Amino acid sequence: MPIPAEVFIPMSMHIGAPAKPIVEAGSEVKVGQIIGEPVGFVSSPVHASVSGKVKRLEERVNSAGKLITTVVITSDGKQALYEGIKPPEVHDRVSFLAAVRDSGIVGLGGAGFPTAVKLSLKEPAKLETLIINGAECEPFITSDTRVMLDDTSSVWEGLLLLQKYLAPPKIIFAIEKNKPLCIAAFKSLANKHEGVEVMALPSVYPQGGEKVLIYNTTRRIVPEGGLPIDVGAVVINSTTLASIARFIKTGMPLVEKCVTVDGSAVRIPQNVIAPIGTPLQELFDFCGGFVSSPHKILYGGPMMGISVPDLAEPVLKITNAALAFDEKDAVQKLESPCIRCGRCIENCPLGLMPAEIETAFKKGSGEDLELLKVNLCMECGCCSYVCPARRHLVQMHKLAKVMLKNHLEGKSL
Amino acid sequence: MNNLIVSTSPHMRAKTDTRSIMLDVILALVPTLAAAVFSFGPRTLLIVAVCVGTALLSEFLFQKGCKKPVMVGDLSAVVTGLLLAYSLPVSIPIWQAVFGSVVAIVVVKQLFGGIGQNFANPAVTARIVMLLAFSATMTTWTPPLTADAVSTATPLGLISAGNVSELPKLKDMLLGLHGGCIGETGTLPLLLGGLYLLARRVISWHTPVVFLATVFGITAAFGAMPVYQIMSGSLILGAFFMATDYSTTPSTALGKVIFGFGAGVLTALIRVFGSYPEGVSFAILLMNILTPHISRLTRHKPLGGAKV
Repeated sequence: MPIPAEVFIPMSMHIGAPAKPIVEAGSEVKVGQIIGEPVGFVSSPVHASVSGKVKRLEERVNSAGKLITTVVITSDGKQALYEGIKPPEVHDRVSFLAAVRDSGIVGLGGAGFPTAVKLSLKEPAKLETLIINGAECEPFITSDTRVMLDDTSSVWEGLLLLQKYLAPPKIIFAIEKNKPLCIAAFKSLANKHEGVEVMALPSVYPQGGEKVLIYNTTRRIVPEGGLPIDVGAVVINSTTLASIARFIKTGMPLVEKCVTVDGSAVRIPQNVIAPIGTPLQELFDFCGGFVSSPHKILYGGPMMGISVPDLAEPVLKITNAALAFDEKDAVQKLESPCIRCGRCIENCPLGLMPAEIETAFKKGSGEDLELLKVNLCMECGCCSYVCPARRHLVQMHKLAKVMLKNHLEGKSL
Repeated sequence: MNNLIVSTSPHMRAKTDTRSIMLDVILALVPTLAAAVFSFGPRTLLIVAVCVGTALLSEFLFQKGCKKPVMVGDLSAVVTGLLLAYSLPVSIPIWQAVFGSVVAIVVVKQLFGGIGQNFANPAVTARIVMLLAFSATMTTWTPPLTADAVSTATPLGLISAGNVSELPKLKDMLLGLHGGCIGETGTLPLLLGGLYLLARRVISWHTPVVFLATVFGITAAFGAMPVYQIMSGSLILGAFFMATDYSTTPSTALGKVIFGFGAGVLTALIRVFGSYPEGVSFAILLMNILTPHISRLTRHKPLGGAKV
């Protein structure tokens, strides 16, 4: 897409401490130049996605409701590359992890957890299976699929890099069955290579959920409060892999993102490679604008996506989709009483009991919530989706988690 | 300002809602209604209309009177009315049918909080109330394909009394051509509806299959004509349409199996040893009472959940 006139780059597009801006209004920046330094271990650097001049630093409310310093850059349209960009020197595990950290790459499946932190295992020997997530997290989204098909070599190189520097005994490349081209492409590569298995999984949401994917590929269950490494697994998204490979090869950090633009209000749905910080309005304009006035705009998919209040919101590192829905799709039906049909219980991928959790929540019973393990809920949305009474189960779970937290804190006092 | 809606995820919902589920159940009950009209004549329609009409009206009036949102549109009262009508003999006096419907909707359902909150199945409970209150009219059976109200016996009554030689042919059992309640006699149309509900995934197989198998097994063990037992009384109707009621039965698969088994045992025991020839309603009601406990005992262990 054409380079936007202005980009809005927040200092926090990841989980962890926001980066500290190191540019000020008037600074000249070039593509790939670092503009925000990581603060602490769980953090990530931020880079300029366009060349031009920093217009201002402003505080913007992000979609989670937090105030985040955002660097506004006016583009000069030249896309001049930053001089400092050169392939990093990588010769061992430590230098590889340092490079991944410098690249500003975060979990591109949507969580935005800094990749270098995830790969910095305390006990590397515990890693038994590296799982590549090619499951595509949600309906509508096809950006990972596009990356796997259009940049197969980068994804594969990323896989080889991780195999070299993390030395997992086994690598499973998990792809949903509705992407036969991806499966074929990686099968032919894996056939000529030791230690990589391509696994075709049913296309069932939420196949891409970390715990679900680990269970479906290895039959191992991540314990409550534990991490995947506790069962010898690390899961990494396929697009994240491609970004790592590109950085190691060229030194270009994460400055652009493949985004699925779709939804009933979009004229020409497609996947777009957009500079990070591009206002959503420009992204949609590039896709032919709107067919009808949009009533809901989402970052991400319809199941877990976050609805944004304004089209001025930018494309983030973790934005895998931007969806716009018309009035018919955006307006939700009213809640009616629970009829105890048990569909939410039947459909919870983690085996939770949303209907019971709701009863416990309404009673205000922290004890029951503890028993029912609302803390395990990953908020995938399946329960709300199937509920014939249209109950806001996910929203209630979020509130119930807070209630449980308060209950547990009260208990430990 | 823009007109963007900001709400929590998910932003997409399945099409199935409460009303469409109830519509499926109503649809599944239609073949039985057709068979019943054929067997027992046009008065069948009158009884059904009275029960459904009273159920809807009493729900509407109760909700209006209590200044609660009126929710008759979810059609659950129609299902209750149909199921109650199906459990009555065709000769039942109209006022008794009205009374039963009011008991079902007002006493059993609405007083406990309405849809999803009642612990006992409204149609089953109302039927038991009527059986105890109007024992004579509730056990006067009209023979099929006749206009006269000479009373006849039900297959279960015959087995209970030891008159096995007078039992109707199996073909008549399948089509419902024997004495009994309006919507309980036609095994075939009931099964058709049950299969439809299974196919539409409105109900799961657990309760009906375990319920029927248990009754079959126990009555076979006591040599009490298991094939006739399965096709008689309200067993098929109860197993597919009443023991699968959402609010009054467990929601986990294991819970449903336990419920079906318990209801099967109670039904068989009442039929073989009890003084009533029929026990399905009592069995379901008793299991309704146990449901909260079954639910508590069959809670799922979530993926990776540690013990508390």
